[in-house]
Amino acid sequence: MPPPALASRLPAIGCVALATVYGVAFLAAESQAAVGALLALAAAAIALAARAGLLETVRASIGANPATFDVAAVTGVLAAAAWLHHQHFAILMMTTAMLLAVAALGLTVQFGFAGVVNFAGAAFLGIGCYTAAIVTKYTALPALLTLPLGGLAAALIGSILILPVLRTRGHYAALVTIAFGILFKTFLEVNDALGGPQGMQVKPIVLLGWNLSKPIHLGTFTVSFYFSYLLLALALLALCFVLVRRLERSWIGLSLDAIRLDEVASACYGLDIARWKVLAFTLGNVLAGCAGAVYGHVLGFIAPNNFTFADSLVLVSIVLLGGIGNVWGATVAAAFVVILPEKLQIIQEYRFALYAALVILILLFRPQGLLPRPLRAYLPGWTPKSP
Amino acid sequence: MDIALLGQYLVNGLMLGLMYALVAVGFTLFFGVLDVIKFSHGDVLTVGAFTGFATWLAIKATIAIPWLQLAIVAVAAMLGMAVLGALIARFLILPLRAAPALNTLLITLMLGTVLRESVRLFFPDGSNPKPFPSLLPTTPFTYGLFTVRLDSVILFVAGLAMIAAVHLIINRSKLGLAIRAVAQDAETARTMGINFTFVILVTFAIGSALAAFAGVMNGLYYNEINFGMGLLLGVFGFSAAVVGGLGNIYGAILGGFLFAALQTIGAAALPFASAYKDVFALAVIIVLMTWRPTGLIAEKTSERV
Repeated sequence: MPPPALASRLPAIGCVALATVYGVAFLAAESQAAVGALLALAAAAIALAARAGLLETVRASIGANPATFDVAAVTGVLAAAAWLHHQHFAILMMTTAMLLAVAALGLTVQFGFAGVVNFAGAAFLGIGCYTAAIVTKYTALPALLTLPLGGLAAALIGSILILPVLRTRGHYAALVTIAFGILFKTFLEVNDALGGPQGMQVKPIVLLGWNLSKPIHLGTFTVSFYFSYLLLALALLALCFVLVRRLERSWIGLSLDAIRLDEVASACYGLDIARWKVLAFTLGNVLAGCAGAVYGHVLGFIAPNNFTFADSLVLVSIVLLGGIGNVWGATVAAAFVVILPEKLQIIQEYRFALYAALVILILLFRPQGLLPRPLRAYLPGWTPKSP
Repeated sequence: MDIALLGQYLVNGLMLGLMYALVAVGFTLFFGVLDVIKFSHGDVLTVGAFTGFATWLAIKATIAIPWLQLAIVAVAAMLGMAVLGALIARFLILPLRAAPALNTLLITLMLGTVLRESVRLFFPDGSNPKPFPSLLPTTPFTYGLFTVRLDSVILFVAGLAMIAAVHLIINRSKLGLAIRAVAQDAETARTMGINFTFVILVTFAIGSALAAFAGVMNGLYYNEINFGMGLLLGVFGFSAAVVGGLGNIYGAILGGFLFAALQTIGAAALPFASAYKDVFALAVIIVLMTWRPTGLIAEKTSERV
């Protein structure tokens, strides 16, 4: 197949460019009125684009040139970060959004691909955070090792839940993970070795004498002290994103989809249900744990109250808002869910209730999510006919 | 351990067991008629307790007799939650009957969050615990070293009476016959002229009123209510219902007391005792679910979706 012409890539690139400009404007907006106006502008623009059929053009363009779109998206994030390089809060929000996106990708693997429910997402994020805190406090290991160690710890602690999750289904599996999520937070609160309700300090990552939590000075040019973490989070997100999408497109993803849709039929066709469920559950926890380790370093101080049941439900909301199983949807929804309440302070206090209500509305009126997962394209360039 | 402490544990355990049983009966009723789990049940309990508290605040100046106050508080909480339960069933659970079971699970979980957060945000100073008034006589009875307060006895008897009343409604009344018919086979029940929607709504109203009763009872016993109280009670109540076998009222009652006994014994026997009592109870849930995913008394079907 000949490489697609530049013209077919333009809508995808244009979409990313617009999103970048909008994101910078939104993050830099100071007054509540400006934030509100920008939100109204976005809603109007999307409605207009949908009427003019532009959304379909963009979707087709992205579908035909996924690699171009990915490169454009990473470039967009870098450009936005470079523009806002001195604004600590904006950089922190972008970093947090990307880390939560990694955790949401983990949930997407569990929930969207394999159909394994996990209502303890925040607990696995917390395991990563606390691993980072413990490793930096009690050992002399290089701090960057906390990343894989956080993932490993999440996988190990998650393996306690493998047997319960395999033996139960639906509501019962939900109960097990809910119980685990509450157990984790309660345990942290009463355990003095882990700081109790006051929490623990997480030391910054120091890499070859370079402290990632210090601002970067290049002559007179100063960059926010969160900037290094932003780069780290972006790298982690890109890596996980590629991994999850490769997984989705591979025969493993096909097996997971089959198991989610019909366990009995998959078993009849020789799929090892237990094996694939364990794989999806563990991989999801590893992603959440890795994201948690970085998140711990970014926050610098962690407490049990960062990992409540409500936070787990926010992670689930991200997956549902984005459209269950849609990798890009989860990433975009994570940005939305993290940044919106920070900028629109009027809803900051109400965010848990607001997201829960949003999910209820989506389940009632648009169960496939805001950005539904596209049908599987078995061959490159093959577009499925809509039924 | 001395006898007095043992007696205190016993009373505590029995009260907890009754509260769990009340919540578990609700779960079991909902599962019986519609095969759904309403995860917002614990938060309905919270809203019920706060409704009772608000009612008390409103009437305490005009009505001076504690008995009458209590009656009004209990009736207001139960009626309010009955209406709320029926509304939830009508607008959130029935429309999703055709959707995957997972969607019902998610929608009720999210509804629970909305209720919990609404209490926290919209009740005046809702994020702090509220002192619930003690409206019952607290005369202590002493038998040797063993002391029981009168209010505990009254609460316990009232709770048992409540469960007995539900039992009578289900097994002896025409409405109960309709509920049982729907639980057994909704299609056939409909062809026999039973108003399916009405039966579902009434069942949800009864279950939710029971939760409101448990909420008021919790407030009276501990003299404190807070916006998060329903989350743990809901999880424990659901576990009790599962342990006893979903869809089985006797199982739910048994499960409630069994679970409370486990929790009380755990709190009394473990060396680091009370601090870890919730951790212990939650761990017990996970272990029990692994060991017997269908509960100790098998559920009517083995479908686990």
